[in-house]
Amino acid sequence: MQWETVIGLEIHVQLSTRSKIFSAAATAYGAEANRQACAVDLGLPGVLPVINAGVIKKAVKFGLAVNAEIAEHFVFARKNYFYPDLPKGYQISQLELPIVGYGQIAIRLDDGSNRIIGITRAHLEEDAGKSLHEDFHNMTGIDLNRAGTPLLEIVSEPDLRNAQEAVAYMKKIHTLVRYLGISDGNMQEGSFRCDANISIRAKGDTKLGTRAEIKNLNSFRFVEQAILHEIDRQIDILESGNKVVQETRLYDPDKNETRAMRSKEEANDYRYFPDPDLLPVELSRDDIESIRTELPELPDAKRQRFIKAFNLSEYDSSNLTISRELADYFEATVQASGGEAKLSANWIMGDLSAALNKENKDITKSPVTANALGGMIKRIKDNTISGKIAKQIFEDMWNGEGDADTIIEVRGLKQVSDSGLIEKLVDEVIAANPDQVEQFRSSPGEKQGKLIGFFVGQIMKKTQGKANPQQVNALLNKKLTAG
Amino acid sequence: MHQHTLTELSQLLQSKQLSSEEMTKTYLARAEKFNPLLNCYISLSPERALQQARAADKRIHQGNAGPLTGIPVTHKDIYCTDGLKTSCASKMLDNFIAPYNATVVEKLNDAGMVTLGKSNMDEFAMGSSNENSYYGAVLNPWDTARVPGGSSGGSACAIAARLTPVATGTDTGGSIRQPAALCGITGLKPTYGRVSRYGMIAYASSLDQGGPMAQTAEDAALLLNAMAGFDKRDSTCVELPVDDYTASLNNSIQGLKIGLPKQYFGDALDSNIGDLIHTAIKQLQQSGAIIHEIELPNTHLSIPAYYVVAPAECSSNLSRFDGVRFGYRCEDPKDLSDLYCRSRGEGFGKELKNRIMIGTYVLSAGYYDAYYLKAQKIRRLIRDDFQQAFKEVEVIIGPTSPTTAFKLGERTDDPVSMYLSDIYTVSVNLAGLPAISVPAGFVAGLPVGMQIIGNYFSESRLLNTAYQFQQKTDWHRTLPEGYN
Repeated sequence: MQWETVIGLEIHVQLSTRSKIFSAAATAYGAEANRQACAVDLGLPGVLPVINAGVIKKAVKFGLAVNAEIAEHFVFARKNYFYPDLPKGYQISQLELPIVGYGQIAIRLDDGSNRIIGITRAHLEEDAGKSLHEDFHNMTGIDLNRAGTPLLEIVSEPDLRNAQEAVAYMKKIHTLVRYLGISDGNMQEGSFRCDANISIRAKGDTKLGTRAEIKNLNSFRFVEQAILHEIDRQIDILESGNKVVQETRLYDPDKNETRAMRSKEEANDYRYFPDPDLLPVELSRDDIESIRTELPELPDAKRQRFIKAFNLSEYDSSNLTISRELADYFEATVQASGGEAKLSANWIMGDLSAALNKENKDITKSPVTANALGGMIKRIKDNTISGKIAKQIFEDMWNGEGDADTIIEVRGLKQVSDSGLIEKLVDEVIAANPDQVEQFRSSPGEKQGKLIGFFVGQIMKKTQGKANPQQVNALLNKKLTAG
Repeated sequence: MHQHTLTELSQLLQSKQLSSEEMTKTYLARAEKFNPLLNCYISLSPERALQQARAADKRIHQGNAGPLTGIPVTHKDIYCTDGLKTSCASKMLDNFIAPYNATVVEKLNDAGMVTLGKSNMDEFAMGSSNENSYYGAVLNPWDTARVPGGSSGGSACAIAARLTPVATGTDTGGSIRQPAALCGITGLKPTYGRVSRYGMIAYASSLDQGGPMAQTAEDAALLLNAMAGFDKRDSTCVELPVDDYTASLNNSIQGLKIGLPKQYFGDALDSNIGDLIHTAIKQLQQSGAIIHEIELPNTHLSIPAYYVVAPAECSSNLSRFDGVRFGYRCEDPKDLSDLYCRSRGEGFGKELKNRIMIGTYVLSAGYYDAYYLKAQKIRRLIRDDFQQAFKEVEVIIGPTSPTTAFKLGERTDDPVSMYLSDIYTVSVNLAGLPAISVPAGFVAGLPVGMQIIGNYFSESRLLNTAYQFQQKTDWHRTLPEGYN
């Protein structure tokens, strides 16, 4: 039988506000346990929540970016359940009337085609704290620093058909929220994580199969592996004539398997009801439109613009717009280089990103600024240096030895383009290597290209690599073939 | 001295005939003397009180005192008081020292008031007799075989016996007005959102409202002046300027249109009480008020709606008392579930468990629409009834409670008859309106309260009406015997 996979993702995005969603406590990551939990976060008797206006603005920005309906009237609800790291015994979330309604986003697949993925809704909620099971001698420690951290839960339609699409969708949302400046998207710190709902049905069926929900996936790789594994597990069950049980599962990256957490029967009845401590929030059309004016250029628009304005390939443009910071870096480099888009793109995606990867650095932490890189590219373009010398200069800039012009000056790396001098060197090398000249002249044309390298190398040796390679090549060709 | 009203005590302080320290010592001594009998205090805070009294005397000396500076006050033990035990009359919070002040407490502290102690109440404000307290029942000073009403029974009792000049209370379904009526004092439940709920331990968030309890309308006005106002820590608090509630007390009530709802004078009402209320209404007529018969047709639905909405909210509000972070924790829990079940099972009283179970049930999948949503619809009907009435009249008057104070233990086995003691008060909470209860006479030596209900933010008019009534009557100055 031919099977079809159906996947929907619930992505939890931590919104990057300084204070929590319903209290004034700080949200900064990594503080000593319980030092960022105020009376409201602790759920002390008598305390009340007050919505952080910054959170609403960030959620609206997301909604606008995916062309979603933004609610002019939305309501917070209590989701009731007991857990030690849930201080109030309920989580403030949204059920009916979420802040962001139906929207859409386009994802790009490996074959270059686009697919539109529906976004059912996005709602605001508070995060819970953390239970710590190690280091407490059979007891559980509770850290409530995370409690009350603002989250936007983005729920997709069951529109995804395989692990690759799910990852592409998740990456797209990841890029988008960082562009919008509404989340740092830091997956190690849990600022961006997802639950995947997966079911299998016979190809052609319109009814959905029974789903399993895999909780708390916090890397693109885990999402992919967990989904691949879960698809296999469910197909095995179906092919052996059994039924998939609706349940919540946990992915174990060490063993690369999912295992059952709780079944539908054990699921909580959350007894949602509107939170009487928080009045419904009203947003006017004007409020929403004023937030729209604050939206930055979004990734798709930027990619299109790069293709047009800089004459870049789809591939280069996609890579350079993966984050707003990288795109900004690229534009600044082009500007500093005097408009050298293609060279800038090559340097950024080549040497620069290799160096950043090696040291595990983010573009914003690059020791070589866009201005410095652009300045160096300018010197390649005006023939002050060769591409080869540029690699050396780049390394020096990376190590903090100043900008390209300074390094060229101090090290005397200026390219030799004096045609008299180069001609003299060419003549010397030809005269000194009669055997190689003979071999060159007796070889067929297609092999000569390779043999000329020897002569170029000799000349570069004499000039410490500074001779203008185009001039050297041209003269050598002329003189070797002329003889 | 203890027979004086707040207004009179304030004059004694301002004219320096008496210091706050002397006054505070007198009230503390009275509280210590009579509390063993009446049980209206859960805790007294003499050290804090004397410290605040001395600070108040300094302020009076420096000439920057207000009318409340140096006046003793008693807080219902539902208000968080920084550094003082805040128990909500529950075993669950018997060990809880609040680490912060409720907004109301903070405001009254800032006004220079002196905290005598924390008054007894029904556990977590759930009850109409003050018999549901971990610290035992409060007795009615007019007849110690009888209840003082609830849930703010301790505050009402302490004022009636003149152990405190004024007190704070909270009212979710009648918890200020009903004990005020049963103890012969004046108690005002303000418009929902007029007084901050921050630091007032929640029972039913959409109904709870703090308010003043005092001997007279004038005292209540002075206290409300300091309690009311916007608080950015409470999202349900309304950002409207606060009146000076004393400013209009002397206004005439000539031409005031008063509505008498037919439904408040039905069979459930003790006819002696009905007679007293009619007498009181005649007195208001003599002052120029005009009487209209009105209808509040959905009154009979208010108790059922209330006992869905309030338990639903309470079942969720009380989830935080789980034995994990504060409050009571059972001995040697064997696992998490045991920790929850026994901490809550042992820490909460019977009435709480009833309401938590009812609330959990009405919010459950499959029952939500039939109960919770329907109750919300009834709430709208009741609100509409009142709005219809307020097109014709400015205030609505009736009895506060269908009976006078009942005997201790008389209704503890019959929750429905207990719930019916709030029949005239709960609809006001469901609609979010303000209402005041004022003493209107005695039946067989027990006080009777008259309730005056107004439209949103009409506290000034309610206090004005009550004050004018109290200018013509002396029920509010009548004291129970034996508390000298």
